[in-house]
Amino acid sequence: MTAAISPTPSAKVHARPMLEINKLGKSFGTTEVLTSIDLSVRPGELVFVIGPSGSGKSTMLRCCNRLEEPSSGTILLDGEHVTACQGRALDKMRLKIGMVFQGFHLYPHKSVLANVMLAQVKALKRSKADAKTRAIEMLEHVGLAHKAESMPSELSGGQQQRVAIARALALDPKVMLFDEPTSALDPELVGSVLKVMKQLREEGMTMLVVSHEMEFAREAADRVVFMDGGVVVESGPPEEIFGNPQSPRLQSFLSRVNRGGE
Amino acid sequence: MNDFIDLFFNLDIMAQAWPLLLKGLIVTLQLCGVVIGLGLVGGLLLALGALSPRRWLKWPAVGFIDLFRALPPLVLLVFVFSGLPFAGLDLSPFVAVVIAFFLNNSAYFAEVFRAGIQSVPKGQAEAARATGLSQPQTLAHVVLPQAVRNVLPDLLSNTVEVVKLTSLASVVSLSELLYSANMARSVTYNSSPLILAALVYLAILWPLVRLISRYQRGLAVH
Ligand SMILES: Nc1ncnc2c1ncn2[C@@H]1O[C@H](COP(=O)(O)OP(=O)(O)OP(=O)(O)O)[C@@H](O)[C@H]1O
Ligand SMILES: [Mg+2]
Repeated sequence: MTAAISPTPSAKVHARPMLEINKLGKSFGTTEVLTSIDLSVRPGELVFVIGPSGSGKSTMLRCCNRLEEPSSGTILLDGEHVTACQGRALDKMRLKIGMVFQGFHLYPHKSVLANVMLAQVKALKRSKADAKTRAIEMLEHVGLAHKAESMPSELSGGQQQRVAIARALALDPKVMLFDEPTSALDPELVGSVLKVMKQLREEGMTMLVVSHEMEFAREAADRVVFMDGGVVVESGPPEEIFGNPQSPRLQSFLSRVNRGGE
Repeated sequence: MNDFIDLFFNLDIMAQAWPLLLKGLIVTLQLCGVVIGLGLVGGLLLALGALSPRRWLKWPAVGFIDLFRALPPLVLLVFVFSGLPFAGLDLSPFVAVVIAFFLNNSAYFAEVFRAGIQSVPKGQAEAARATGLSQPQTLAHVVLPQAVRNVLPDLLSNTVEVVKLTSLASVVSLSELLYSANMARSVTYNSSPLILAALVYLAILWPLVRLISRYQRGLAVH
């Protein structure tokens, strides 16, 4: 039987996409920054986005939770239209889309615990007690339960970023977006954040990650997407993207990165 | 020398004038409470309006702020108290003073709030919105607490200015602290009540002024 010969596809391949970006376009004024981006992330998949500075990676991520308003195209989360939501519905939708920023953006006037509790109480309407339990749980998950009472300014960059991850995870998102989560960190602190992300992936979290950590992409990514000039130029499994790049643009990008030019 | 003490630091006269000054002080404090309360609320709303991307909100707010920051408060006061009656609007001195100083003061508070809100990095509000907080929740729990902390010395300075400003109310015969002291002076033919009033102002404002300096030094250190 022919079916027996074909490699057994993993569950991931069959499931419908958790996050689906269709024909996404974005212009700032007259400048077109994204052109007809198609990209989908299946449940439990880690999709890694690389590309030169200014290629539109952040803009694409920010369109996924509508921090940036798409000019055209649609975004679907688990089959639901993110792009059709307005007002309260959009706020509710954002609860399901965790986002981690390059600059952490912890609330400096609130303790670590309060940072992780705020949206749980105000947006998810959890009771304070439940929110606290969940917050401590998530802080334990990222190895920072002992810092619950600290202020963000008392933490290292790596610790702050892990708190930011806990803050997003506490809302039980369906997908996590990471925008260069380690770019602002001292080299010796990068590992602690990547470790948390690897652990998340093993637990089956769906992740879309923009990063320059190529080593991490090789190890952890299911698929790598190369963007340049607001379009997806090439995408595939990490072995192919890194081992056998097809387009000249990707080839030159990779050689620049490997020479430490990025 | 004795004459001098007698004219300016006459304790008997101060004691005599004290009940009247106390009444004046109460009016001053009421005035401050109302003007500062309304000014803070009005200032915040104006600042939010001025920062709004919606033009029909932004331009009226900006216009209001500019206009009432430029107009001298005394001109405003005289206009509201003596000018508006010609239009059939006869206001009590207290109400006239509240309106005039509210217009002036909310414009000043608006500038302070606007600077405060702009001092909070954009990423803060984005992080909050990304976790599903609504715009008002983001403002209340993330942006405003940081904004207020960043401009606390300016908010306090403005409060000091309001207390000083209320002494202008004496020109429309509102019996606040200065007016009462001046009354006492004209009855006793002695300047001691004025000195007493000055001491009361000092007692209220000096701690505030010290507090502001401390904050400003604190901010400079950080
Ligand atoms: N708010 C904005 N207004 C105007 N132009 C913008 C805005 N945000 C981004 N851009 C432009 O859009 C393009 C893509 O920016 P984006 O930040 O998405 O790139 P990126 O791939 O994330 O780059 P980097 O690796 O430097 O983070 C850039 O040319 C940038 O100047
Ligand atoms: Mg970027």
